[in-house]
Amino acid sequence: METAKPMSLLVYGIINSVILALYAAGFSLTYGISGIANFSHGALYILSGFTAWNFMYAAGLPFYLAAPLSVIITAALGFLFYWVLLLRIRGIPLAELIVTFAAGVATLELLMWKGFYGIRYSLPLFMRGGVEIGMVAVDYQRVFILGTGVLLVVLLWLFVHHTKIGLAFRAMAQNERTALSVGIESDWIGSLSLSFGSALAAVAAMVVLPLGMMESAIGLEVLIYALAVAIVGGLESTLGMIVGSFIIGFGQVAAARYIGAKWMIIVPLAAIVLVLVVRPSGIFGKYKELEERV
Amino acid sequence: MPEVQTKYRKKRLDRGIKARVDTIFAVASYGDLLYLLLPRALPVLGLLILPLLLTGYWGKVLVYTCVYGLLALSWDFMASCGLFSLGQALFFGFGAYFAGTLNHYFHLPPAVTLPVATMGGGLLSAALLGPVVRLRGVYFAMVTLMLPILLRKMIDTTGVFGGAHGISRLAPFPSDLLAAYLAVLVFLFCLFAFRRIISSDYGLVLIAIRDDDRAVMSGAINIYSRKIQALFISGAVGAFAGALMTHHYQFLGMSAFALDYSILPVAAVALGGQGTFAGAALGSLILVPLSEALRALGGLRIAIYCGILIVSIIVLPEGVFHYVARKYHQFERVVEVK
Repeated sequence: METAKPMSLLVYGIINSVILALYAAGFSLTYGISGIANFSHGALYILSGFTAWNFMYAAGLPFYLAAPLSVIITAALGFLFYWVLLLRIRGIPLAELIVTFAAGVATLELLMWKGFYGIRYSLPLFMRGGVEIGMVAVDYQRVFILGTGVLLVVLLWLFVHHTKIGLAFRAMAQNERTALSVGIESDWIGSLSLSFGSALAAVAAMVVLPLGMMESAIGLEVLIYALAVAIVGGLESTLGMIVGSFIIGFGQVAAARYIGAKWMIIVPLAAIVLVLVVRPSGIFGKYKELEERV
Repeated sequence: MPEVQTKYRKKRLDRGIKARVDTIFAVASYGDLLYLLLPRALPVLGLLILPLLLTGYWGKVLVYTCVYGLLALSWDFMASCGLFSLGQALFFGFGAYFAGTLNHYFHLPPAVTLPVATMGGGLLSAALLGPVVRLRGVYFAMVTLMLPILLRKMIDTTGVFGGAHGISRLAPFPSDLLAAYLAVLVFLFCLFAFRRIISSDYGLVLIAIRDDDRAVMSGAINIYSRKIQALFISGAVGAFAGALMTHHYQFLGMSAFALDYSILPVAAVALGGQGTFAGAALGSLILVPLSEALRALGGLRIAIYCGILIVSIIVLPEGVFHYVARKYHQFERVVEVK
């Protein structure tokens, strides 16, 4: 059993990190492309969970239909959110931040008010049972999360490097004005980036939510972790996002193992403070971002 | 060819009372004097009389209004040097926990705990957010949003200072009237002190930091130390609000770090208008009683604040105060476009 301990730390550390990376992926993508810090990210995450739940238990659809449907609906919501609200205040970062945050909190409060919390509301696991990875028992759902995380990173990479929209995304991220001058409409790409970010939040919700029950409070938690990962890793770089989530993910599992589970919450805070003191632009932030941030 | 139509536009004229500068007036009659004095004196008089008129439930609402008003003022003060916070609850919670624990564990009276909590809260906020003032805009807002939520979770999981149950039966103020007057007087004091500070040279530097921090740096001014000073001031004001509320409620709990205290000040400033402090005060004077009237809706309150926040940012970005002030200071008439 002695050899199993560091092994389980490794396995669960990786799984925890992938979960954090899934939380942060959508937020990071949207911010990296259009500069919108989408503070309603956590609300979209939990909202997509409830949409799927409603499809399953109110409309009676099976999970494999309900999940993609709710991902699509969340993406459409993100798209609408841009055209209805954000378009009017585009370019004022503070107003964007306040509006997205307020919309997110309003959504969470509405869900709470409607009574969406408790054991009744949970999404089903894809498959029961588990496997052993190097003498550590892991259930299939967590293996599935691992797979989804890896698959998403690969798909995203292919998407932004080999499709027209993906290339337009990167053009916007690099220089908005130049992108405009070659005919890439910034509002269109901005709204698409928001809807992609929302869709990523929904995908994360579909695979991670079955591990526990759904409640509104999780929405804020997801937002917090996404922000922590973004600040630690440097907002705009994908590599930074992955490294950031691994630092916090392993830190949390290690803290839970060696100090006690209640100290897990300290890890993101400590990581943020440390990184900000040592390298304010985040671990993988570049000098250009340093200029914007500091 | 469409027919040429006459078009009209609104022409705005400043009233003749202002002589060049905002602070120097050419007063010619008692009417002019009243014109200048009334908008300043009426709210002050009103707030000073209200504690005598309102008792019981609405007396509590008045204290509430002043406490939220203080938070809104401290938000506006931070914002005027470019620090946009989404976590005013941090300051509030610090003050509440300072006052509550001092009272509970050391049995100190409110006369001692209030000043100690104010100073301690200010110092602690400045120390905790000190490393972060190098961040700008969105990034600073992210950190401030996270801190109160994480601290709340820490208190919940580690169980320090009463944990999830909180500490009750703290020492109250000698009378409700005293508490109400304390809240009102400190609120008015902060309102006018902040207005004075911001229009002094010191405040000018703070505003310059918000507008262009590099220019200020090139003027050989240490912007980080100025920002930390601003943090201390607004942290102290927020902490005072928290300490006052704790003693007034005689209860200390995790709710001191609740989202309400972060959202409502931002909503109040967004509604009232940023930068003048009067806007922040006006916003909280409108919002808090309104939300009390809406209390029947229960959990929906925060959702309604958020709705007001979104609508006021999109529809009236300058805020109610700026709008009203413009209407008050200017004539409007319709003239023909030639």
